[in-house]
Amino acid sequence: MAASAITVENLGKRYIIGHQSRTRGSYVALRDVISDAGRNFGRRLLHPLQHAESGGLERDEFWALREVGFEIGEGERLGIIGGNGAGKSTLLKLLSRIVEPSTGRITIKGRVASLLEVGTGFHPELTGRENVYLNGAILGMARAEIRRKFDEIVAFAEVERFLDTPVKRYSSGMYVRLAFAVAAHLEPEILIVDEVLAVGDAAFQKKCLGKMEQVGREGRTVLFVSHNMSAIEQLCDRCLFIRKGRLDLDSRDVRSVINCYLFGQAQEGLTSEWKNSGAEFENPWFKPLRVFLAGAGGEPRGNPFRNDDEMWLCVEGEVTELDDRLAVAYSIFNEDNLKLYETATHDVLPGSLSRLRPGRCIVRTRIPSRFLNEGDFRISVAVFRHFKGFVCDFQDPSVPSVSLVIRGGLSDSPNWVQKRTGVIAPEFPWVVEQQSVPAA
Amino acid sequence: MDQPVLVIEAGKGERQYWRDILRYRELFYFLAWRDVLVRYKQTVIGIAWALVRPFLTMVVFTVVFGKLAKLPSEGVPYPLLTFAALLPWQFFSNALTESSGSLITNANMITKIYFPRLVIPTSAVVVSFIDFLISFVIFVGLMVWYRFIPPATVFFLPVFAFLSFGAAMGAGLWLAALTVKYRDFRYIVPFIVQFGLYVSPVGFSSSIVPGKYQLLYSLNPMVGIIDCFRWSMLGSIAFPLTSFSLAVVIVALMNVTGIIYFRKTERAFADII
Repeated sequence: MAASAITVENLGKRYIIGHQSRTRGSYVALRDVISDAGRNFGRRLLHPLQHAESGGLERDEFWALREVGFEIGEGERLGIIGGNGAGKSTLLKLLSRIVEPSTGRITIKGRVASLLEVGTGFHPELTGRENVYLNGAILGMARAEIRRKFDEIVAFAEVERFLDTPVKRYSSGMYVRLAFAVAAHLEPEILIVDEVLAVGDAAFQKKCLGKMEQVGREGRTVLFVSHNMSAIEQLCDRCLFIRKGRLDLDSRDVRSVINCYLFGQAQEGLTSEWKNSGAEFENPWFKPLRVFLAGAGGEPRGNPFRNDDEMWLCVEGEVTELDDRLAVAYSIFNEDNLKLYETATHDVLPGSLSRLRPGRCIVRTRIPSRFLNEGDFRISVAVFRHFKGFVCDFQDPSVPSVSLVIRGGLSDSPNWVQKRTGVIAPEFPWVVEQQSVPAA
Repeated sequence: MDQPVLVIEAGKGERQYWRDILRYRELFYFLAWRDVLVRYKQTVIGIAWALVRPFLTMVVFTVVFGKLAKLPSEGVPYPLLTFAALLPWQFFSNALTESSGSLITNANMITKIYFPRLVIPTSAVVVSFIDFLISFVIFVGLMVWYRFIPPATVFFLPVFAFLSFGAAMGAGLWLAALTVKYRDFRYIVPFIVQFGLYVSPVGFSSSIVPGKYQLLYSLNPMVGIIDCFRWSMLGSIAFPLTSFSLAVVIVALMNVTGIIYFRKTERAFADII
């Protein structure tokens, strides 16, 4: 391995967060300090032998980052992933010297440029030209260097015509392009980039990724935080997964780290069960009590599912009065809140379904395997009496809903390992027929 | 290739802070340039504001203190007396207002990028200093109007300009750092500025303060600075040795403690801003 560019040992960042009852704003008011000091003084007078605990303030500690250690070799392109609030940005801020660590030590070899935000320091009143110089200086470029690269920057940003217009009149796209263009022309040995590609249109994003790839190829060290997994996979040759302030995984197998992150995220966020809090949807025909996802054996299970798993949607309810027109239905929505389909018990021929009887019962339906795409789905359950009205309706915001998360298991083919474009991703049979053979 | 090695450790200030300041001098220059450029953009009379404000203040002071209250004028035209004091005072009060809020105004930079934070309040003071230089134009005008020829001591003026710069820096550093931590200072600073105008001899001569209070009065460094301005530009008083020495000591003290306090709190700026 090449010499190390960055060494991080036992790095930690602690924040003191004020107790709930006393956080009024994000900053300390002099008033509080004075009143606390007064209170402490009074307490000490009354109990001179008692130790004032943590200065008498009701305080909580929060470790944004704890016991993190790793080493990055020169020329490595490191991706950092993790959920919101996992500590990714804190790590970048520590590495770029914006905040000071609470514990540990960082050794950096080489000039660092960090790009935690595009257009830091851009002033809306200044023209594009003026902002290029200003922003360059903020990012650590010398004036001569900016002057040398000025034309290149402007060409990259495609804003030649508007150079002498104040940037407050720019469209947001132009603004971002110009800001990124300045940053992209930095020539540091180590480049630290936070989620900045989320802005701009697709074409520009592609351009940015290309630029970063080029930076990597030139043998410079890149640290890249993103929620865009395909960008990470494309760009990085090593990946860190940070969870709850700790380094969970560190591997050169970028795809496996990404999968691990996605699976973990699915388990944390989205619930595969809905329960009636007790009094919701009170009615004599079918009171939904529980909606849950189940696997092959009918046992409730959590997300995520593989796309080739057996997936069942189960609706448990209580019947006190029979009604033949009763139907249970569900709809499935994707991340864009697009309804993929809707299906109901009365889709099947009357009589082929066993009749409900008073008491508790479960209505189950199998969700097709290898039909949905990889992704997060919402399943909402409706109960209604045909032509007589709804017990609960899809339009109702409190409609019983569960989340279905599908990761992996997309196909047996090695050529199909990622989410497909398109709303659904069913597998279809293909046939090749030989019509004739060329004459020998 | 020669690559600098940087070690960041918990609880330790960086040893290369002052070298960084040197490295970031370009940024310092650009920030000051930005603030100067932006300051009067989209204003109708632009840079003339730097002249209008002190001029009108001078007129008011001359009328109120000179004509109505009939205070002594040290033997020079009252507008000259007032203006010689307004120059350093306006610089000081502007610099104080600008620099104390400067870190908050630039909060987005502080939380996103590293540079020695000292650059920000310093550049705010420099911007006010430029206004200060511009308002000298008025003084030249006044001298022509009153056919007043300044004494040779005027060549000492840069020394006192430097001293007032120091006073603005020292106080500015303290207030900038304090404002980050305690936003109360947003309300305290305008009060200090307003209050300071009355406890400094801006609209009147410091000689009207009774002798036994002179020493106490001179603890305000602006007293020494203003008197020195009058001495060098007007020659209307003898060199104010006591108040000058006091001002030098106090300004030095403010700067040393200001830098220490600033450096101490600076490391947490991005956390608390």
